[in-house]
Amino acid sequence: MLAMLQSVLGGGIRAGTPILYATLGEVISERAGVVNLGVEGGILVGACAGFITTAHTQNPMLGIAAAALAGGLAGLVHAFMVVTLRSNQIASGLALMFLCLGVTSFVGRPYVAVKINAVPQASVPGLSRLPLVGTVLFTHDVLVYGAYLLAPLIWLLLFHTKWGLALRAVGERPAVAYASGLPTSLIQYGAVVSGGVLSGIAGAHLSLAYARSWVEGMSNGRGFIAVALVIFATWHPLRSVVGAVVFGAVFALQLQIQARGVALSPYFLDMTPYLLTLVGLLLMGRARRHAMPEGLRAVFEGVT
Amino acid sequence: MASVARLVDSRVLIPLRLLGLTALAFVAVGAFLLLFGRNPIEAYGVIFKGAFGSGYGLSEVVVRAIPLMLCAVATAIPARMGLLNVGGEGQLHGGAMAATWGALTLGALPRGALLPGLVILGLLGGAAAAFVPAFLRWAAGVNETISTLLLNYVIVLLVEYMVRGPWKDPMSYNWPFTPEFPESARLSFYWGTRIHAGLWFALVAITLFYLALRRTRWGYEIRVIGDNPDAAARAGIPLGRYVLLTMCVGGALAGLAGMAEVCAIQSRLRPGISTGFGYTGFLVSWLALHHPLGIVVMALLLGVLSVGGDMVQISLGLPYATVNIIMALIFFVVLGGRFRKSRSG
Amino acid sequence: MAVEAPSDGDHVYLRLEGITKSFPGVVANCGINLDVGRGEIHAVLGENGAGKSTLMKVLYGFWQPDAGTISVDGKRLDLRSPSDAIRAGIGMVFQSFMLIPAFSVAENIALTLPGSGVLLSVSAIRARLREFGSRYGLSVEADAKVWQLSVGEQQRVEIVKLLVSGARVLILDEPTSVLAPHEVTKLFEILQTLRRDGYTILFVTHKLNEVMAIADRITVLRKGGVVGTLPRAGATLPDLVDMLLGERELRAGSFERRDHEPGGRAVLELHDLSVRSDRGRTGLARVSLRVCAGEIVGVAGVTGNGQTELGEAILGLRRPAGGRVVLDGVDVTRRSTAAILAQGVACIPEDPLRMGVAPGLTIAENMVLDERARYMPFGGLLTDWRAIRREIELRVENFGIAIPRLSVPVGTLSGGNVQRLLLLRALARKPRLLVAFYPTRGLDIAATRMAQELLMVSRNGGAATLLISEDLDELFALSDRLVVLSRGAVAGSFRPGEVETVDVGLLMTGAAKRHEWQASPASSIPGS
Repeated sequence: MLAMLQSVLGGGIRAGTPILYATLGEVISERAGVVNLGVEGGILVGACAGFITTAHTQNPMLGIAAAALAGGLAGLVHAFMVVTLRSNQIASGLALMFLCLGVTSFVGRPYVAVKINAVPQASVPGLSRLPLVGTVLFTHDVLVYGAYLLAPLIWLLLFHTKWGLALRAVGERPAVAYASGLPTSLIQYGAVVSGGVLSGIAGAHLSLAYARSWVEGMSNGRGFIAVALVIFATWHPLRSVVGAVVFGAVFALQLQIQARGVALSPYFLDMTPYLLTLVGLLLMGRARRHAMPEGLRAVFEGVT
Repeated sequence: MASVARLVDSRVLIPLRLLGLTALAFVAVGAFLLLFGRNPIEAYGVIFKGAFGSGYGLSEVVVRAIPLMLCAVATAIPARMGLLNVGGEGQLHGGAMAATWGALTLGALPRGALLPGLVILGLLGGAAAAFVPAFLRWAAGVNETISTLLLNYVIVLLVEYMVRGPWKDPMSYNWPFTPEFPESARLSFYWGTRIHAGLWFALVAITLFYLALRRTRWGYEIRVIGDNPDAAARAGIPLGRYVLLTMCVGGALAGLAGMAEVCAIQSRLRPGISTGFGYTGFLVSWLALHHPLGIVVMALLLGVLSVGGDMVQISLGLPYATVNIIMALIFFVVLGGRFRKSRSG
Repeated sequence: MAVEAPSDGDHVYLRLEGITKSFPGVVANCGINLDVGRGEIHAVLGENGAGKSTLMKVLYGFWQPDAGTISVDGKRLDLRSPSDAIRAGIGMVFQSFMLIPAFSVAENIALTLPGSGVLLSVSAIRARLREFGSRYGLSVEADAKVWQLSVGEQQRVEIVKLLVSGARVLILDEPTSVLAPHEVTKLFEILQTLRRDGYTILFVTHKLNEVMAIADRITVLRKGGVVGTLPRAGATLPDLVDMLLGERELRAGSFERRDHEPGGRAVLELHDLSVRSDRGRTGLARVSLRVCAGEIVGVAGVTGNGQTELGEAILGLRRPAGGRVVLDGVDVTRRSTAAILAQGVACIPEDPLRMGVAPGLTIAENMVLDERARYMPFGGLLTDWRAIRREIELRVENFGIAIPRLSVPVGTLSGGNVQRLLLLRALARKPRLLVAFYPTRGLDIAATRMAQELLMVSRNGGAATLLISEDLDELFALSDRLVVLSRGAVAGSFRPGEVETVDVGLLMTGAAKRHEWQASPASSIPGS
C-alpha cells in the first residue's frame, strides 16, 4: 500500500510536470490579461521541436532549448493576434492550436518511431535517500526539479517585483496601467511569449522525459486542462503546483490500476482527468470569480 | 452616400478581402512546403485535380461537405449570440452513439419507422452532449469553450469504450467496431456516388437556420442578444434560456451529422468516423462569419481541401496535415482581418 | 489663511489663458481664463455640461486644447499627455478612481512611484504612507486591498498617490459626490492642511454649500465659458445660483398642470424599496413613491444618486434588497423583466445607445424590440416588415427625424436621433407606465419641445410617467409632482408650483437639509 502510494505520488510529480509548466505559463499570460488556449499548441510544438532537435543532436538539453524557442514563437503569434490586431482571444488561441497541430504532424511525421536520448535522471545526492519521501521527491529528471523551482520563482516575480506589479496591473485595469505610464502592449507581449516558452518546455518534458517518443497530437488536451487549472489555482503559481500534482497523480493512478489488472476499462480511466476538470469547474461555480484578473472578465463572460 | 459605400463594403468588399486573404494563406503554406523541399505548385495541382478532376472527386467533396455544413451550423447558431461552441466533434459522436444504439436495438422495425427514429436519436444525442456545457454555463458560469473542448475527449473515449466493449461486433476478430447496421437503418446513396441523404439534412438545416434567423422571433431575439446583450436583457429577452436553446439546437445538428456518418458512410460505429469534422466545421463557421450561405460555400471549399488532402497523401506522400495547415492559416488571416467589430465571449 | 485674491502676476501660480476645446458638434470650452494662486483652494463651479471636466482634463494633459496656454509658476507648459502633467507637478483625482481594486494600497502607490530597483519595497512605501498619514491625516492601511476600503479611504489613497508622485497642483473632480457626510468633513480637513503646506487645489463641483465651506475663490462656468470669478467672502448663495443657472427663460407653466389630485389609480407604487449598492456607487435606501395614471412624477437629482438603480429595480433587472414594487396593484418585486414589461411598462434608458438598441440591427428591427409579440405574431413567421416600416415611417415623419432609410443600422445614427427613436418606440406602446430617463438629452430646442408635447399627450391619455432628469426647467415644466433623490434616498417631495427651481437645486446639491422640505400636505407619498 505504501509502495503504491509512493509510486502514485512520484508518478504524479513526473506526470504533473508538463501540466505544471503549461499552467505556470498560462498564469503569467492571464495575469497580464490574455487568455491563451493555444497552450495546447505550444505544448505540441515544444514536444515536436524538442524531439526533432534531440533526435539529430542526441543532446536533450539542446532539445529543451529548441522547445522553449518554438513555444515562444507560438506565443508570439498569439500576442500579435490579440495585442496588436485585437482579435478575439479565445478564437485566436484555437486557431493557434489548429495551426500547431497541423505543422507538428507535418514536420514530426518522419520521427514517429525514432529513439532518442531522454532527459537524464538525476537523483539529488543525499536527499534521495531520505526515508519515505526520498524517492518520491528526489529521483527525477532535471525538468521536474526545474518546474518545482520555477513555481516559487514566478511567485516572487509576480508578487514581489515591480515587473510583476506592472504585469498584474495591465491584467487588472489596462487603462489605469496606461495612465501610470506603463507600456501595456509590450508587457502583454512579454507575458504571452513567456507563457509560450513555458508551454514549449512542457512539451519538451512530455516528449523527451515522460513519453520519450513523438506521437501526433500527444498533448491530448493537457493544454486545456492547464487553462482550467489556472482557474482552480485562482491565478496563483504556488497553488498551481497542488493542482498539477493532483492531475499528475490521476495520470499515474491510471497506470497503477492498469498494471494491477483491475477490471476497469482503460477508456474510463482516460476520461478521468477531463471529467475531473469539468466537475471542478462546476463546483467552483462563480465562487472564485473574484480572484480573476478584471481584464479577463470580458473574455470569459461575454453573454449572461 | 455613406450608406451606399457601407453597402458596397459589406456585399462586395468583404468577400473580396476574404478571397485575397485566403490567397495569402496559400502563399504562406507554399513557402512552408518549399522550406521542406516540396513543390507547392505540384501540391496545389494535385489538390485541384483530386477535387475537380473527376466526377468521383467532385462527389467526394460534397460527401465531406455534409458533416462540415452541419457542424458549422452547430457552431454558428450559438455564435450568433456570442457563444463559442467548439464541441462539434463530441456532439457528432454523441449523435452517432445514440443512432447506433437505435440501429442495434430497434433493427427489427421497418425502415420507414426506423430511419426517422434514428434521425431523432441522432438529434437527441448531439443535443445531450451540448446540454452539459450549456448547463454549466447557465448554472455556474463555466466558459463554454473550455467545457466543450474537454467534453470532446470524454465523448470520443466513450465511443472507444463502447465499440471495444458492450457494442463490439463478436465476428470482428478484435477490430474495434460494432456489427454492421441492418439494411433498414441505412440512409440512401444517390447517383451511384457516396453522396447520401445527409445532404438533405444539411441543406434543410442551413435553410431553416437562415429562415429562423431572418424570419422568426427567436432568430430576431438571438441577433439582438449577439449585438447587445444589455439591451436584450432590458427588453425582457431571457438570456439564460437562449444559452440552453442555441447550444442544444446546435449540438443536435452536429449529432445529426454523426448519425448520417454511421448510417450512410460507415454503416457501423467505429473510432475515427470523423476526421475532425467537428473542428473543421468550427473553422467553416468562422470563415463564413457565421452566415448561412457562407457556410455552404466554405464547407465546399474545405471539402475540396479535405479531398485534396487525401490525394496529396496518396500521390505525393505529403501528410494530410498539409491541408490542416492551410485551413488553420486561413482561419488566422480571417481572424486578423477584422471583418466585424470585435466581439468578446 | 491665504484668502487674498491674486491680483497680479506675482501671486499667480497656475494660469490658464484662452483655453478653447471643441469636440465634433460641441464647443466644450470657449476662451477660458483662470488664475489660481499658490496655496489656494479654488472652486470651479458649474452644472453638468458646463465644461468643467473638459477644462480639467485639458489641464491634466488628457486632451490638448484647440487654443490657449497653460503656465505654472510663470513657465509655459506644453502638456501632451497625463505623464507630462505629472512631471510638471499637476495631479488629478478623477471621479472614477484610477485605482486597481484587487491591489493593496501599497501596490497601487508603487505603481506610480518612479524609482529604481526591481524588487518591490513595501517597507519604503509604508514609511512614506506613515509620513503623509501623520502630516495630513491621510492615514490608510498599506496592506489593505483597495476594494475593501470605503470610498473615502480610496480617495485618500488617490491623494497620497499624487503627493508621492510630487504633484503641487491637485485637481479634484467632484470629490464629494461619492462621499458620506462625515467623510466630506474629513476631506475638507485634509485639504486645509494641504493648503497650509502650499499645495494648490482645484476643487471641481456643483455643490454650493461645499464651495462656501472650503473654497478661497470661486470660478463659475456656464455653457463652456467663465461667468465670473469671485472670492468666497464676497459670494452669497443666491448670487452663485444666478451665475450657475443663468437667466431662466420661463418655459415653465407653458403646459397645463394637474393642480388637483389626479383621479387615476396608482399605477406604480414603491414601498421602502432598497437596493444594495455596487462597489463605489449609491444604492437605494427605503425609497417610497407612487405614480398615478395620468400623472407625471419628476425625479430630480444629480446623476449617480440612485437613478440607475431605481430604474433597474422597477424593470426587474436588479433584485431589491428590501421593499416592494407594485404595478397596478400587483406585486412584481420578484417578477422577470419580460413579465414586468408585459404589464405595460416602457422605458427610455439613461444610455440609449448602450442600453436601448442593438446598434448592428436596422432601425426597423430596433423599433419593434419592445413589442416583439405584437409585431411578430406566430413566432415571427407572419411578420409584415413592409407594414411595420410604413407605420414607423409615418411616426418618424411626424416627429421630423431625418433618417435616410429604415434599413440602415441604428449604430450609424447620431445620439440625438437614437434618443428620438427610443422616445417614439416607448410612446407607441401607449404604456401604462413610462420610465423616462433624460428624455430630451441630446435634442435641439424644436425636438425638445416636440418630445415634451408627446410626453404630455401620453400623460393626458392616462399614462403614468416617472420622469428622471437633471434639467430643472424640464422637470418644472412637465411634472405634476416632484421628488428629489439624493444619495439614494428621497430628500423631498412637493408640487412644482409651490417652490422655486433654486430651492430644488439647493436640495439636489445637498445645500439644503431634508427637514426644510418636508412633504407638502397634498403629497401622496406614503411613508415620508
